[in-house]
Amino acid sequence: MSSSPSSARAAAPADADPAPDTPRAPAAAGLAELAARHGLAPSGKRPPLGRYLKALWRHRHFVDAFARARASAKYSKANLGRLWEVGTPLLNAAVYYLIFGLLLQTDRGVEDFIPFLVTGVFVFTFTQQTVLAGVRAISGNLGLIRALHFPRAALPVSLALVQMRQMLVTMGVLLVIVVATGQVPQWNWLLAVPALVLQSLFNIGLSLVFARAGAKVSDLAQLMPFVLRTWMYASGVMYSISVMAAGAPAAVRFILDVNPAAIYIDLMRFALIESFTASDMPPNAWWTAAVWAVAVLIGGFVYFWKAEESYGRD
Amino acid sequence: MAATEGATATAEAVEASGAPAPDAPSDFGEPTVIADGLHVVYRVRGAAGRSGGGGPAALLRALARRKGGGGAREVHAVKGVSFVARRGEAIGVIGSNGSGKSTLLRAVAGLIPPERGKVYTNGQPSLLGVNAALMNELPGERNVVLGCLAMGMTPAEVRERYDDIVDFSGINDKGDFISLPMRTYSSGMAARLRFAIAAARDHDVLLIDEALATGDRAFRKRSEKRIKELREKAGTVFLVSHSNKTIRDTCDRALWMERGELIMDGTAAEVVDAYEEANGGD
Repeated sequence: MSSSPSSARAAAPADADPAPDTPRAPAAAGLAELAARHGLAPSGKRPPLGRYLKALWRHRHFVDAFARARASAKYSKANLGRLWEVGTPLLNAAVYYLIFGLLLQTDRGVEDFIPFLVTGVFVFTFTQQTVLAGVRAISGNLGLIRALHFPRAALPVSLALVQMRQMLVTMGVLLVIVVATGQVPQWNWLLAVPALVLQSLFNIGLSLVFARAGAKVSDLAQLMPFVLRTWMYASGVMYSISVMAAGAPAAVRFILDVNPAAIYIDLMRFALIESFTASDMPPNAWWTAAVWAVAVLIGGFVYFWKAEESYGRD
Repeated sequence: MAATEGATATAEAVEASGAPAPDAPSDFGEPTVIADGLHVVYRVRGAAGRSGGGGPAALLRALARRKGGGGAREVHAVKGVSFVARRGEAIGVIGSNGSGKSTLLRAVAGLIPPERGKVYTNGQPSLLGVNAALMNELPGERNVVLGCLAMGMTPAEVRERYDDIVDFSGINDKGDFISLPMRTYSSGMAARLRFAIAAARDHDVLLIDEALATGDRAFRKRSEKRIKELREKAGTVFLVSHSNKTIRDTCDRALWMERGELIMDGTAAEVVDAYEEANGGD
């Protein structure tokens, strides 16, 4: 062992020296200065937004691999395995049709009720599942966060990606149902692509928002299913807002019309269902959808980044 | 060394200049970790804990907590610790249970905010603890790949190092365990795999909290060798251990913590000697 490194070395066992600050007080100013001279930064400090974005981009392979691992782990204990990626949306659609189509008959004023309902269920489920995954993105991966250093936004983004992949499978199911119930494929269907892209951007932003909120408030994971169910009932999944809310006050109507979930559902119906025309949608639906997507994505990212240093702390 | 993620631009500039620091009082390189009068205070919530208990009482407590932490007990875990760690050093941290060793490492890693004082680091230190599980439901092989990608490796680099990591961990010594979910591993196996993953990359600052204690003899030998390599690549390694022999064999410097205070900082041999003397031998 060579000479000991000793710039901040306590002279001797200091049992008799209980005042921790005083003996090193002169050195303290020197230490901050030494740190500055060598470009050392306070530990755990959040990087500036631009550098954070770059780091996130460098971790894109991690985002992708984490999403794949999560998707394959999800059904790994089920006998049918990934068949459930198709089975879950199908059963979902069947249950909602049984209850709302056959028992409650909420199909008032809706021409093609089955594709109308199934589109609503699938599109809403996409956002719903993303939020539920986002809430646990940080709190469910503390081991990983504490063990390794990477931009934490990789987790909520990755979990949103899992749901985007699931949505592609779901879309296949949806197209089959839509054709089976009498719709004819046409060029208009391509509008489903921009609708899905906008909703995906919106979902990523939402996942980031709820990841931060869920990291701080652990009870949120218990609360969110109820919030989401309320949101679903207000989003015209199983009824037509323009029929049901025809007599509603203007303020209520406005809120129902700018509700992003309802907008993304209506855009998908507009793309796929012939009898669902622009007059069934709120005015400026595409613009509203785009503004929501961009605002929530950017806002959610900044909101998440602002607490970057706090994730994984007790 | 290669610019690592998280290193500040200024730190890279200093590295690039390559000149030895003018103020370096030792054979070692420039500082990588500076603790400056560091105090860490834990706030321990009531006996019911975070998620335990329920009902209106828990809600009231939760509300009270938001307003200035009423009812929370404070534990002053680290009290005014200062030191400078430099490139190429391996620093052992010793002390009795509850002396603040692990807390000190967590503060250096940036996982606990300092109450007073500061910790400055070069880049982002990586903390390896016994309890730091990765993804339990996934097989070991997936954990290796994900862990490496999370540390910023490219898929090509991961493929290149995968076999080394598995060999290093010794997980497959007794059959094909790497394809089993990590929740089926013994705690020793899991700790070994985590260490193998983290050690696959060069770190500016690597903090190891008892991770080596769980390994068998052959694994300890491999990890000690790997720690030496990391130091030769100008990294700094901190090692919390209750094995004085490990500290002696692996480290050249040691910090002795007691009741949150740093009571001795010197060569590993002299600090461990003093520690053993105070505690009546091994």
